[in-house]
Amino acid sequence: MKKYICGICGYVYDPDKGDPDGGIARGTAFEDLPDDWACPVCGASKDEFAPE
Amino acid sequence: MKNIYSAVRVTDKVYWVGAIDWGIRDFHGYTTPQGSTYNAYLIMADEVTLIDAVKAPFKEEMLSRIKSVIDPSQIKYIVSNHSEMDHSGCLIEVVDLIKPRKVFASAIGVKTLKELYHGQQEIIPVKDGETLSLGNMNLTFMETRMIHWPDSMFTYLAEEELLFSQDAFGMHLATLERFDDELPQSLLEYEAATYYANIVLPYSAIVLKTLGKVTATNWKIKIIAPDHGPIWRKQLGWIIDLYKKWAAQKPTNKAVVLYATMWHSTEKMARAISESLAEAGVKVGLVSMNDFHRSQAAYEVLDAGALILGSSTLNNNMLPQMADVTTYLRGLKPANLIGAAFGSFGWSGEGVRDLEAVLKEMKVEIAAPSVSVRNAPNEGALQICYDLGKTIAAELKKRLSAN
Repeated sequence: MKKYICGICGYVYDPDKGDPDGGIARGTAFEDLPDDWACPVCGASKDEFAPE
Repeated sequence: MKNIYSAVRVTDKVYWVGAIDWGIRDFHGYTTPQGSTYNAYLIMADEVTLIDAVKAPFKEEMLSRIKSVIDPSQIKYIVSNHSEMDHSGCLIEVVDLIKPRKVFASAIGVKTLKELYHGQQEIIPVKDGETLSLGNMNLTFMETRMIHWPDSMFTYLAEEELLFSQDAFGMHLATLERFDDELPQSLLEYEAATYYANIVLPYSAIVLKTLGKVTATNWKIKIIAPDHGPIWRKQLGWIIDLYKKWAAQKPTNKAVVLYATMWHSTEKMARAISESLAEAGVKVGLVSMNDFHRSQAAYEVLDAGALILGSSTLNNNMLPQMADVTTYLRGLKPANLIGAAFGSFGWSGEGVRDLEAVLKEMKVEIAAPSVSVRNAPNEGALQICYDLGKTIAAELKKRLSAN
């Protein structure tokens, strides 16, 4: 599963880690993140992300 | 006894109680020849409120200014709009000293303050759009994440039509004057621009979104009180329009020729390119990294349409001064640029290739082939440099007419 990088602040979404504070379990692919999921660092929406 | 450091009235209910840092000359890599101020504000509402604090060494100055209006122990609320240490430096100490009833920050601000100061004090997270009653007045918070930190937020005081904008609309300028109408226009324009270029530029897309967000609130704003530099009470429209312009980063008829040289050969090439551009009617910023500071390069790039990088080769790499400025500019993410690379070399010439890679990474559209010259440029080589200038000028003209 690919990592995705926030184009605004550089945060890396790593599917192997998920986003526990955001309620996203480990092993969740970026594509499977809910549409309203936001970057935990800067709040950018999914469409600001690009694959690594 | 009169306080030497007194508050300055902004409105009947709001006072500036910040600190002036006459001596600061470097702000994490951004050179500040005019020093700076750390602005903090006192709202004399039923619940007396302090907006932001100051850098740690200036705590006593802030407290003295507060004391000229009110006993600091009367402060009921403190709002931290931005966690960076030039505004939060003495916050925790001040909280311990005056024991306010509540301290507020954005959700990320709460986390950041905890990780910076490891304090035990409770800081209450506020949400985007949340309001706080001060009794006879009300505050509204607006998250402005990434202008310029994740924790950043604006605070709006409706009754005074005043926006506390933390670093947005700020500038590093130490003066005893506190208001925009008290300072020369050219100084304001220069300092606001260099501040934007060095601090805000990478977040331009967010600036445009945020300005739209503010407009959508229909807030009446008569005063913008930033955390650095003068308070805007006359020329709000002017500075907001400038921010819109800088954030849009539309192509302009200006080229920055940014270079470093070892034995004047790359310099001669840079000059040939510049003369050519100027003859073609292009505005030129010729910046030698042998002499200029990286933040001056950023200022020149802010309103540029083209970025032309030049370097000699030193030990198989571009010159360290160019490595410095290109790292810095890469992070500032200037957009919509065309460019090219050039340089003289002795035997291996990786310098120009390194610059090409930087331009590519910065998404600068390469508009002319690189020019590499072994040792000192002869007439023919300088002609090629001259032609590079012409090519860039023509491409800029094309882009501007397309816009």
